[in-house]
Amino acid sequence: MLRYTVRRLLQLVLVLFVLSLLLFIWLRSLPGGPVTALLGERATPEKREELNAVLGLDQPIIVQYFKFLGRVVQGNFGQSTGVSPGTSAVDVFITRFGATVELTVGAMIFGLALGVPLGYMAAKRRGGVLDNGYIVLSLIGIAVPVFFLAFLLKYVFAVKWGLLPPSGRQTPGIEATRVTGLFIVDGLITREWDASWDSVRHLILPWIALGTIPFAVIFRITRASVLEVQGEDFVRTAEAKGLTSRTIRNRHVLRNAMLPVITVTGLLTGLLLTGAVLTEKVFGYPGIGEALYLGFTKKDYPVIQVIILAAAAAFVIINTLVDLTYALVDPRIRAR
Amino acid sequence: MVTTFSRARKQRIDALVNSGDEGSSLLQDAWARLKGSPLFWFGAVIVGLFVVLAIIGPWIAPHDPGAQLLIDQTSRARNSIAPAQDGFPLGGDTQGRDLLSRMIVGARQTLLVGIFATLIGLVGGLILGILAGAFGGWIDTLVMRIVDVMLSIPSLLLAISIGVLFTNPNLTSVIIAVSIPQIPVFARLLRGQMLAQRESDHVLAARALGVKRGPIVFRHMVPNSISPVIVQATLVVATSILDAAALSFLGLGSQDVSQPEWGQMLGEAQGSIDSHPQLAFWPAGAIIVVVLGFTLLGEALREAIDPKNRR
Repeated sequence: MLRYTVRRLLQLVLVLFVLSLLLFIWLRSLPGGPVTALLGERATPEKREELNAVLGLDQPIIVQYFKFLGRVVQGNFGQSTGVSPGTSAVDVFITRFGATVELTVGAMIFGLALGVPLGYMAAKRRGGVLDNGYIVLSLIGIAVPVFFLAFLLKYVFAVKWGLLPPSGRQTPGIEATRVTGLFIVDGLITREWDASWDSVRHLILPWIALGTIPFAVIFRITRASVLEVQGEDFVRTAEAKGLTSRTIRNRHVLRNAMLPVITVTGLLTGLLLTGAVLTEKVFGYPGIGEALYLGFTKKDYPVIQVIILAAAAAFVIINTLVDLTYALVDPRIRAR
Repeated sequence: MVTTFSRARKQRIDALVNSGDEGSSLLQDAWARLKGSPLFWFGAVIVGLFVVLAIIGPWIAPHDPGAQLLIDQTSRARNSIAPAQDGFPLGGDTQGRDLLSRMIVGARQTLLVGIFATLIGLVGGLILGILAGAFGGWIDTLVMRIVDVMLSIPSLLLAISIGVLFTNPNLTSVIIAVSIPQIPVFARLLRGQMLAQRESDHVLAARALGVKRGPIVFRHMVPNSISPVIVQATLVVATSILDAAALSFLGLGSQDVSQPEWGQMLGEAQGSIDSHPQLAFWPAGAIIVVVLGFTLLGEALREAIDPKNRR
């Protein structure tokens, strides 16, 4: 177990190193560049060179990379040049990270809370009206582009009916104490219930829009997996023993059917991150997805680097955790 | 005693062989299951209609999709677009062009994006997957590390990263951006299948007979590993169309306005979504239906070739 974890962590370091090098070279081969983005197309050559020297972009790319690596080891990714000029890229990331965590974790809970029970019910009534209805629902969830669903929700519930706020993370003017950077949790800790509730109201539509991605996947995996486990001998044995249907469901069927669900939950992190870019743009939600989009339009190298490396690291770490969770659910793996 | 027993057994076997029950191949079996699946027919009809529309679109479009025929009824200042009228059942778009004609002609470009993005991803994935699966050893390790790095970046982020490399995005750049994230998916799928084949009896038999590596790989391993890859390709057509639409939405889509494409139209419509939502609804609806069609088709194929469903 320990050896496995260590090996995965070493692998993570390797992936991050290769990725950072590729990312570095690739970013600098983009058309335009931060200088053009900052000064505009018609800046004088002298001014451009001056800014290039300030940003260190006049040196050979290999020199730039090793300087960058040296700074990164100290936790310094450089100053943001476009998203919020002057602040360090790491700070931009940290302030926005909480927002994206609230969005994606909520969406994942939405997907799990709907997907697992519906998937189980659909499998129990295989071929029935409910089953087919849920299947069509999940297929539509796959076919509808996330950003279009987000638009639709925003148009109906925020613009037309005015039930929920159309954009942002918090109503301007709300004075809330910041503790963790997670607005909902902050409000609960400091007992500023209205601040928490305000954040939730801003998040309901993005949660639903983004949550359809995990819902569709989790529903289908749960259904397929329950169908498979149901036919196993140990389920028949449990029935023959006269166990209650509740025990059979919780201890025998669901527990075994959850393994593939846990796997996809890890793989879904990547889908959620890309979905977050689109959702955050539609709702003007200040998370890392929006920062990444702004970073690309304004050629903000430091911010893009931090976000992509962090996203890749999160992806690998979460999938390692998923593999470790197997051992908790499946005693056969623990014994090995 | 022994001879009579073996003769009786031989006769039984002969009887079985000549009984006319030839069994059925995997493909025949799969087709039999497909025929009975409503999901398959639903998906096949959608995809069929879409392909026909993509082929004949330019001839049946009532107007030139690029001509600003309704420009006099369109004004950015008053935020108005041409409503539905005689000869223009869907009205005009923000540039005064006929929306219906653009929808019809757009089918072709949308199909091209889906097909070519899938083909590029498929070919790249096949090359990597066959390399890894056929040779094993350090080649396998190297290929799979590359694949791991590519898979560690979420697909749309990778597509965005490639999309921004082009100064003037056009249809080709969109296709390239959308296709590259699919390469590792195909590669991994094929390699997994081929690894399973490598240890199988028929490959072992071929190797024992002295068949060379090339024929073993291409005549024994690849044909037996390819069906899940084909199924995946059907699903990737759907994802490619969706990803292309997402790129357009982020402003990285094709800037070539002479050739309408549904994703591009949806991207254009977002500026006026609050005042004229219908401009977004038509292309979005079309994308949803087509993506649903390819997804249903892929799912039905996947179910059909699954040996677990064989009786």
